[in-house]
Amino acid sequence: MNSVFVYCEIEDGQVAEVSLELLTKGRSLATELKCQLEAVAIGYKLDGIEKDIFSYGVDVLHIADDKRLAPYSTLPHNSIVVKLFQEEKPQVALMGASSVGRDLGPRVSSALHSGLTADCTSLVIGDHEDKKLDKVYTDLLYQIRPAFGGNIIATIINPDCRPQMATVREGVMKKEILDPKYKGKVNKLDVSKYVNDTDFVVEMIERHMEKSKVNIKGAGIIVAGGYGVGSKENFNLLFELAEVLGGEVGASRAAVDSGYVDHDRQVGQTGTTVRPKLYIACGISGQIQHRAGMEESAQIIAINTDPEAPINSIADYVITGDVAVILPKMIKYYKANTK
Amino acid sequence: MKGYKIIVLAKQVPDTRNVGKDAMKADGTVNRAALPAIFNPEDLNALEQALRIKDNFPGTTITVLTMGPGRAAEIIREGLFRGADDGILLTDRAFAGSDTLATSYAIAQTLKKHGAYDIIIAGRQAIDGDTAQVGPQVAEKLGLPQITYVEEVQSISKGMVTVKRRLERGVEVVKCPVPLVITVNSSAPDCRARNAKLIMKYKHAKTISEMQEANEDYLHLYSDRPYLNIKEWTVQDIEVDHNELGLTGSPTKVKKIENVVLQSKGAKVITSSDEDMDQLMRELIENHTIG
Repeated sequence: MNSVFVYCEIEDGQVAEVSLELLTKGRSLATELKCQLEAVAIGYKLDGIEKDIFSYGVDVLHIADDKRLAPYSTLPHNSIVVKLFQEEKPQVALMGASSVGRDLGPRVSSALHSGLTADCTSLVIGDHEDKKLDKVYTDLLYQIRPAFGGNIIATIINPDCRPQMATVREGVMKKEILDPKYKGKVNKLDVSKYVNDTDFVVEMIERHMEKSKVNIKGAGIIVAGGYGVGSKENFNLLFELAEVLGGEVGASRAAVDSGYVDHDRQVGQTGTTVRPKLYIACGISGQIQHRAGMEESAQIIAINTDPEAPINSIADYVITGDVAVILPKMIKYYKANTK
Repeated sequence: MKGYKIIVLAKQVPDTRNVGKDAMKADGTVNRAALPAIFNPEDLNALEQALRIKDNFPGTTITVLTMGPGRAAEIIREGLFRGADDGILLTDRAFAGSDTLATSYAIAQTLKKHGAYDIIIAGRQAIDGDTAQVGPQVAEKLGLPQITYVEEVQSISKGMVTVKRRLERGVEVVKCPVPLVITVNSSAPDCRARNAKLIMKYKHAKTISEMQEANEDYLHLYSDRPYLNIKEWTVQDIEVDHNELGLTGSPTKVKKIENVVLQSKGAKVITSSDEDMDQLMRELIENHTIG
């Protein structure tokens, strides 16, 4: 059977978190499909990179190591992945829905004429019957994602084209080592056979990468605000409560788009997926894209002026009222009860 | 150098950003009529970058290309009101059901037919799908380099374009010769407002289908003032392999659509009274959620 394939994104010589999460998911898909899990790492000075990768259950790791391949640039990485997929013919290919994967994925899918589903929140193996063609497809990849402003959840399939490609955001899948002693095979690629000189037409002049200052993914308590918070100033209340509780501030896309807080605080399908022990949703209506990023929180408090807000349906506590009134009271009674 | 030939790829989208309660019908299906059709926000950021290039390089021309139903001509007029020079509406029933790949094929074939372009600029993604795929897919089909996540076109010198990219975790400045494809982020400057003089000039700009429905008294305008003609192209006007179009040309199929039906998990409903707030914080501290 043709393999499941994961494109491993490399940051500063390390495999990106999202890629390790996808290797974990890829392993379980490969086991279910009874096929191999393959991966490709493209970059420079990748000696020993396999040590980080094999333990996730990778059977074959393809490595393209060349000074010109780091940092990431679209065209050379595209050429390598396209040729490799033509040779290996994977049935499933996964990439992070990161600024790299979302740049590379569509390019590869366009070259191979294969379907690509962006920002999946779930990947499942299943069958499909096409009644018109009277044909049954077995073991397809169901690519599941919210669509149309989050009012619907769509299951997408690629019945005829391979590989079935999907991107997934960091934090959506859980990272888990399969076996620290798992032994895969390394296949070093002869880079000159995969890239052309014309692939290096884009020249890097400057590059400043920083570790994210905000770590909402790792926070145990998140106080998140939506459009209903009303202003950047009102968000200060959320920061106060978060500080008092020892948590972080998160936000819905509507709040980020309105400029209340920075994008690195965005929770949801197009932001970060979080699983804190407490999620306090302030003025967030709770569209599916937002809920997709936080519904696994252990406890959810929803504060909203609208008693019918969708967020209330997944909440453990619903408080109908004004954020500006309720948050100061939460701070007050937290302090009063912890003295 | 007599300016640059720029194509702006734009899409008319339902405004899904602030979906109100009336966006869903009682039966759980989407009420499209309740969602206004708008110029995709990041495509407006893209148009602004094109207009800035035109400001700096006299002789630059901007063509707005959109694929969609007849009413999508509205966003071409919106482009003309802000400083674009002309537009192409690509419209045909054969495109119905296109996924991103079939869409990028149709757009790439249109660009091949249209010919001359130096810079193709699009928004990073459209708010109705958020896929960010069409820009890179078009670039691949045309064999052009792509620069995605662009915040600013910083300079162009002798056909070499320098841009700043805003990525999740940082910033890059890269340069690339024309022709190329650029996709622009929402962190780029907002698009300028419509220009009153341009509104006067282009308010009657129409596609041929729209002209057929127009008041006959105006029809002479379109022969007198050729700039009022918005090009309307169908599959007849571009070279296509019909197997690559619409549903047939789309590798991805929608297997299932589920309306989001929420079933309450039975939350505790509390008020904002001091008693309830005190009780809530006690409960959370006692069960070690906080504290």
